[in-house]
Amino acid sequence: MKDILQELDSRRETARLGGGQKRIDAQHGRGKLTARERIDLLLDEGSFEEFDMFKTHRCTDFGMEEQKPYGDGVVTGWGTINGRMVYVFSQDFTVFGGSLSETHAEKICKIMDMAVQNGAPVIGLNDSGGARIQEGVASLAGYADVFQRNIMASGVVPQISVIMGPCAGGAVYSPAMTDFIFMVKDTSYMFVTGPDVVKTVTNEVVTAEELGGASTHTKKSSVADGAFENDVEALAEVRRLVDFLPLNNREKPPVRPFFDAPERIEDSLDTLVPQNANTPYDMKELILKLADEGDFYEIQEDYAKNIITGFIRIEGQTVGVVANQPMVLAGCLDIDSSRKAARFVRFCDAFEIPLLTLVDVPGFLPGTGQEYGGVIKHGAKLLFAYGEATVPKVTVITRKAYGGAYDVMASKHLRGDLNYAWPTAEIAVMGAKGATEIIHRADLGNEEKIAKHTADYEERFANPFVAAERGFIDEVIMPQTTRKRVARAFASLRNKKLENPWKKHNNIPL
Amino acid sequence: MFNKILIANRGEIACRVIKTARKMGIKTVAIYSDADRHALHVKMADEAVHIGPSPANQSYIVIENVMRAIKETGAEAVHPGYGFLSENAKFAEALEAAGVAFIGPPKGAIEAMGDKITSKKLAQEANVSTVPGYMGLIEDAEEAVKISNQVGYPVMIKASAGGGGKGMRIAWNDDEAREGFQSSKNEAASSFGDDRIFIEKFVTQPRHIEIQVLCDAHGNGIYLNERECSIQRRNQKVVEEAPSPFLDEATRKAMGEQSVALAKAVGYTSAGTVEFIVDGDRNFYFLEMNTRLQVEHPVTELITGVDLVEQMIRVANGEPLSITQDDVKINGWAIENRLYAEDPYRNFLPSIGRLTRYRPPEEVVLEDHIVRNDTGVFEGGEISMYYDPMIAKLCTWAPTREQAIEHQRNALDAFELEGIGHNLPFLAAVMDHPKFVSGDMTTAFIAEEYPDGFEGVTLDEAALRRIAAASAAMYRVREIRRTRVSGRMDNHERRVGSDWVVQMQGESFEVSIKADHEGSTVTFADGNTHRVTGDWVPGHSLAKMKIDGEALLLKVEKITAGFRIRSRGSDFNVHVRSPREAELAALMPEKQAPDTSKMLLCPMPGLIVKINVEVGDEVQDGQALCTVEAMKMENILRAEKQAIVSKVNAAPGDSLAVDDVIIEFE
Repeated sequence: MKDILQELDSRRETARLGGGQKRIDAQHGRGKLTARERIDLLLDEGSFEEFDMFKTHRCTDFGMEEQKPYGDGVVTGWGTINGRMVYVFSQDFTVFGGSLSETHAEKICKIMDMAVQNGAPVIGLNDSGGARIQEGVASLAGYADVFQRNIMASGVVPQISVIMGPCAGGAVYSPAMTDFIFMVKDTSYMFVTGPDVVKTVTNEVVTAEELGGASTHTKKSSVADGAFENDVEALAEVRRLVDFLPLNNREKPPVRPFFDAPERIEDSLDTLVPQNANTPYDMKELILKLADEGDFYEIQEDYAKNIITGFIRIEGQTVGVVANQPMVLAGCLDIDSSRKAARFVRFCDAFEIPLLTLVDVPGFLPGTGQEYGGVIKHGAKLLFAYGEATVPKVTVITRKAYGGAYDVMASKHLRGDLNYAWPTAEIAVMGAKGATEIIHRADLGNEEKIAKHTADYEERFANPFVAAERGFIDEVIMPQTTRKRVARAFASLRNKKLENPWKKHNNIPL
Repeated sequence: MFNKILIANRGEIACRVIKTARKMGIKTVAIYSDADRHALHVKMADEAVHIGPSPANQSYIVIENVMRAIKETGAEAVHPGYGFLSENAKFAEALEAAGVAFIGPPKGAIEAMGDKITSKKLAQEANVSTVPGYMGLIEDAEEAVKISNQVGYPVMIKASAGGGGKGMRIAWNDDEAREGFQSSKNEAASSFGDDRIFIEKFVTQPRHIEIQVLCDAHGNGIYLNERECSIQRRNQKVVEEAPSPFLDEATRKAMGEQSVALAKAVGYTSAGTVEFIVDGDRNFYFLEMNTRLQVEHPVTELITGVDLVEQMIRVANGEPLSITQDDVKINGWAIENRLYAEDPYRNFLPSIGRLTRYRPPEEVVLEDHIVRNDTGVFEGGEISMYYDPMIAKLCTWAPTREQAIEHQRNALDAFELEGIGHNLPFLAAVMDHPKFVSGDMTTAFIAEEYPDGFEGVTLDEAALRRIAAASAAMYRVREIRRTRVSGRMDNHERRVGSDWVVQMQGESFEVSIKADHEGSTVTFADGNTHRVTGDWVPGHSLAKMKIDGEALLLKVEKITAGFRIRSRGSDFNVHVRSPREAELAALMPEKQAPDTSKMLLCPMPGLIVKINVEVGDEVQDGQALCTVEAMKMENILRAEKQAIVSKVNAAPGDSLAVDDVIIEFE
């Protein structure tokens, strides 16, 4: 009997070594942790329950039958993050380079099915050379099985991908369909076709890092939502993100104890908006001063910086924030910022996370680049996302809310629940100068008259009161009381119930 | 007494004067420029008058504008503060003509002391000790030697037209005097085209010590002891104290009496300051007299109990002094630190911008100590480019110098200031500097002790251990709170462990925490324990902790797996990890920070409005390089470090995309 028990221990021992000590050392040499070490950091200590530890591949071609390592290059199971359940798969680069075989895919599919059924997030730690070439089409089938599950799980449970090594070819499409992608700087890359193929086909010479490194995907392509210095930091920050997220779409966002008075007054907000309407200011200061304990988890920090997206807590509960950033491009909407914000709004709506929108938007960015790029449809994505969202929506206009961009930014007309404006708000069809030049075209040559018209226009329309008179603004509030007002607004919306008409699904302008 | 006075100044000094006026039941009028529309002094005053655009030479120092404000408001007297019009005889004259009292000395005294040569002559006539020297022209090297002997070595041989150290030699003997004279003369001739040379005593181990005098219009004059202001950076005072740790009673008395004699000689009234340079043997020499209230006057107020502003107002109102020399005592010790919006890590480059956080330590007046903070700013206020970058004057008083310094350290630790670069870490470093602590300093203190600038403070092992203990205890609290999130699996909650590895400044401490209702006991691997108590909860940016009963104030900022900690002038990240996390973190490679400062990239699509530099220019950290306009807003791009411009790729009018290279550096 004892021998039999020992047999389990020794088999486990073997499984835990993955591709062997030499490959583990090589993995460390690259500045990367092993699949199991990563799970140790991701989950609460001792909480990991592994499945399919002894699963092996079934390939008999190319001598593969000679090597049948336990686990087949991926570690799967579930555990907890601060006591909340998550499912996890972690690809093991030390076993066949983490390549995906039919059985490897089966393991991933198994935990994904469980996750959807049991209502817990899926976190994938990707470190894989790609398809298991020896298995041919069986490997491709495995990818597609995972893809299909990504799609079915989308909007049911949060899915998070952490790219911690290579992720190339078909492999990229599983992370691509998850809610968030994070990368590790210098040790991870993602691309559909690698530098060699790129060179053959287009003659472009490019390194893997330039083509698909963390910098490329966080700043240029927007494929990734964030990048971290190393494995340890990345996994700690994923834990932090999970603290903000509900476990599934049937649950309310999490609440945790907080040490910050909801009625906290911030006098300094009264001077946040500069006297000169064209002087930028940092919208992040407002976000940090509204958030519980100044804690803000930013999503896509390095991309389309003219809009800020991320999570804060108010009275301990998660709130998604979308805010125009006057520091960059005057906070205008353009293709990139619309897409970035639209995706974020839809995530929040899918998972019942209330939305706070902070508005200082001078309009859409003009130019051929924007029009040729299809700003009409991309801008419409954000409009669509806000309009369809049924979660509590609170909006604060700090300064400019001009033109169509005013409508887009969670306006009253898009079922905004509570729309506030600071006294410095200017809700108008456009800036005073532009408006004057159109309305008083006849006086265009006369500078004096135009100046007078402009001043008159400013006096009449560059304020929140015209909108307030119509009820488009529920209340004009003192900036210093914003946290209190916003907290009370969300408190009043805790039992909000709003449903869109039944449909198979909508047809958002993709 | 006056019913209403106008304060012809801004910032902290305007606020300071308003406080006393209010105490005396006098109404106050503030003046303000465009930039100061929402300034604190404007809010504090009973009335405020706009006097022009932001630059001081179009507002605060335009006599007509100030006179107009006086007329409009009917102010009966004007306090000029310091700087601006405070030592402007024409302003005093204009006030006199308008029949408005000037809360300061008569214009004759301002004029007499305003000129360096006249004031020195007057000082000599009043038997005030001046730096011995020969002002006449010196013919040749032999005469130079003769004069040097009369003055007494060491001597300084200086070009009349000199400046910036050029044409200046120090001689300790005849040979050096001969040689020095010749080289100074040559250098002066070539540098300034003026080879006139003079010789004066070279003051060794110089200290800057000044005497506060107070005179009325009835012939009474007293001195309120000295202030030592030796800690200076490029002639800008940084730390001041009263009394001086260096003076003895006899020297103090001699300096005081000579100062009063000088004041009387020029018919001085009001508060004034006579500045001396004092050598290592306590020989003192007159430098100049400042005919106004000094920035550093609070330290005198704290040790004498005299409100100098009140005295100035009373003197201006014609009252005789109510205090005599015998009433003036030295009670305890006071230290002032000047907080400047200057980044010590960037060679004290002025920093402007919004004070996103401004929480000074609580001002208290207690038996055993006083904390006083004279300021003109507030959270959400702006440090503008137009005026002096001083943020506040933080003063502490205690019975002994040692205690006053300790209170100063704690007050600096508790001072929360964000949004701009500031010299707080540097001040904290000075407060812990052994030479400052022992009182052994000269005016060369900063130049000698920080020759390569300020690079931050590295704490000693004992201090690190205390911070490690506090950090571990705080981190544990932070982690426990995380486990209280909703939606967790019942009976399978995360249990936060008691063993942690704390890493900071290259040190690693393994600790074990035992917590109870009052606090935590943190045991280090070597068996030493620290008892940690405190009120910190997650989100607090200032942790008021006690380690073994001793206060430890930490500025705390959350980072991944730890905190950024600022304390006693140091600024570093502390990582707190479970043993397993620490083991794995140790496998992570150290990364070199990438060198991004070789190029200036366009951060946004926009139009280049202005390029401020040319190829070959050496630019300083923070220097404006160019202006990019995007969506009708101007964004100034600045140098991230000192560099030489090697290429300029754009010109005004160019439209650039994100990440286009604007300027390249060598």
